[in-house]
Amino acid sequence: MAAGIRLDKIRKSFGGTDVIKGIDLEIEPGEFVVLVGPSGCGKSTLLNLIAGLETATSGEISIGGHMVNTTPPRDRDIAMVFQSYALYPTKTVRGNITFGMQTRRIPKADQEAALQEFSTLLQIEHLLERKPGQLSGGQRQRVAMGRALVRQPAVFLFDEPLSNLDAKLRIEMRTEIKKLHQRLGKTVVYVTHDQIEAMTLASRIAVMDNGHIRQFADPATIYENPVDMFVAGFMGSPPMNMIPGRLQRDGGLYMVPDGAPAGLRFPLAETESADLDMPDGHKVVLGLRPETIFAAGSELPGPARFAFDLPVDVVEPTGPDTMIVFQINGQDLIARVRPADAQPAGSLFRFEVDMAKAKLFDAATGRRLQSGQPPKIPQA
Amino acid sequence: MSRHPTGGIVRGGGPGTVALRVVLFAVLGVFCLYYLVPLFVMISTSVKSLEEIRNGTFLSWPRAITFDAWDKAWSGACVGVRCDGLQPYVWNSVMMAVPAVFLSTTLGALNGYALTKWRFRGADIIFALILFGAFIPFQVILLPMARTLGVMGLAGTVPGLILVHTVYGLAFTTLFFRNFFIGVSDGIVQAAKVDGAGFFGIFFRIVLPMSLPAIVVTVIWQFTQIWNDFLFGVSFTVGDSNPVTVALNNVVNTSTGVKEYNVDMAAAIIAGLPTLFVYVVAGAYFVRGLSAGAIKG
Repeated sequence: MAAGIRLDKIRKSFGGTDVIKGIDLEIEPGEFVVLVGPSGCGKSTLLNLIAGLETATSGEISIGGHMVNTTPPRDRDIAMVFQSYALYPTKTVRGNITFGMQTRRIPKADQEAALQEFSTLLQIEHLLERKPGQLSGGQRQRVAMGRALVRQPAVFLFDEPLSNLDAKLRIEMRTEIKKLHQRLGKTVVYVTHDQIEAMTLASRIAVMDNGHIRQFADPATIYENPVDMFVAGFMGSPPMNMIPGRLQRDGGLYMVPDGAPAGLRFPLAETESADLDMPDGHKVVLGLRPETIFAAGSELPGPARFAFDLPVDVVEPTGPDTMIVFQINGQDLIARVRPADAQPAGSLFRFEVDMAKAKLFDAATGRRLQSGQPPKIPQA
Repeated sequence: MSRHPTGGIVRGGGPGTVALRVVLFAVLGVFCLYYLVPLFVMISTSVKSLEEIRNGTFLSWPRAITFDAWDKAWSGACVGVRCDGLQPYVWNSVMMAVPAVFLSTTLGALNGYALTKWRFRGADIIFALILFGAFIPFQVILLPMARTLGVMGLAGTVPGLILVHTVYGLAFTTLFFRNFFIGVSDGIVQAAKVDGAGFFGIFFRIVLPMSLPAIVVTVIWQFTQIWNDFLFGVSFTVGDSNPVTVALNNVVNTSTGVKEYNVDMAAAIIAGLPTLFVYVVAGAYFVRGLSAGAIKG
């Protein structure tokens, strides 16, 4: 049975410091929600509040329709996977996985059956008699997952479970966690600072900053339709190029980057921000994802293209794509081009921008600037 | 077993290095002698006859080995007016040291666990106050403690001495365990809470098995302290309830008859053997625990 989770005006302060500043969150049963944000944003604290490992200063937490503010962790029908795995070092893998069932006095036969089922599922049945000290990082991770899965709780909580694994293993385990979720259909709340993990795993992402949830939406919306500069800058790798500048009306609406070479201005005529009623000279920030800047002529022509020439500063091949770093007003900007289109550093390069995907933000507030109806979100 | 052994680090060579090594080992050898000669004198004297002691020198090798002195020290030497040897007093010490070590270690472990893993308001102040107990000179508390024991009806008894040693051992045992548990990941305790274990369940089933090194260190420390204690023993016990340290003093300082150096030496060794025994046995567990990889998770 999957259970939904509801947070109502949750606040948490340690001493005089507010860590969680009033969070409302409604998680549907069976959903995979990822809490993502920079370190210190309160995401782990929020998870601990749901787990009952911290007490909320105010507000209400419900799991499966029951208020659980005063329910200790063991009675919340949750299981948790910790960043450090937190395996019991003196117990064998078997002892680690069955400990939760032992404390709940589940009959031996049922324990054994559950142990067999999940150790087979996680491919750790050959490790049952070993101690955690004799396991590799990936194996410990599996045991920690097994310990959580075996009790079949209504909600799984993951606290950065993959951050101690090497890159290759992390991608493997990521896929495996997604498979497990599809198979078991339990509610998952998953904390990470890795925005790629958030994008790949989540059915919905909550982007957190400084004790607040900035945006709570599905991954495509978060990526394509961020509400503000923080969300736009946090999601995506390499990050979105943020070019500060001013609005200019000259026949149409333009954005002139600060300190740009003469004649370089981005036309906003066919963007989502075409009909802004801001005055001339209003300070804005233009957000361009690296993949919306490419070599001129390398993509099929579109309606809102804009081309300009600037010298290449640095060339960074990644394999499938090559990143070209160039500068406007001393600020590094990144374009993502096909390896075949790359040119050596120092040469003049003709860039083309798909302005239809450009985002415009208010420099003062960081809020997204859109005129009229929000644009249609291209679904992947 | 270490992941980064230092034995393979390349050292410089040459005659200078060799000379330094020779000097180093010569100095170490001298220190060794300085340490071991008294032990040699103790042992060799204890197996000589009185005759031989009187005629030979202090450092001479024993000619005829005899264990008469050991026998007398164990079961015949006079402590005050009673001539049963050290035997009953060794038993007193065991009856006192074992429960006192057990109690102070257990309570110290519980204290350390509560102070680090179930943090409460004022935990740091409580710890500071407990720690303060480690710096109290014990002479200061003799009179109030004697009065307390009198009121409790425990004056002059072994249980009274157990209580005193437990109370005054707590400062150190709490310190040891608190410093050990502070290094134990909080995640493990949180995981156990989510797994449904309570305060004592986590303590006995998760935390205590992890703390074998701390237990061994604490037991060795406490046993050595309590077994070797003279001050509390001489202050809070009388006659038949004396611990072995006090009895040893009475054997050696007895003013009647001939001075039996061999019996004195044997008695002193007997009084010291149990601490050596604990160190060897517990130390072996300590090393085994480390090499079994049972310490780190």
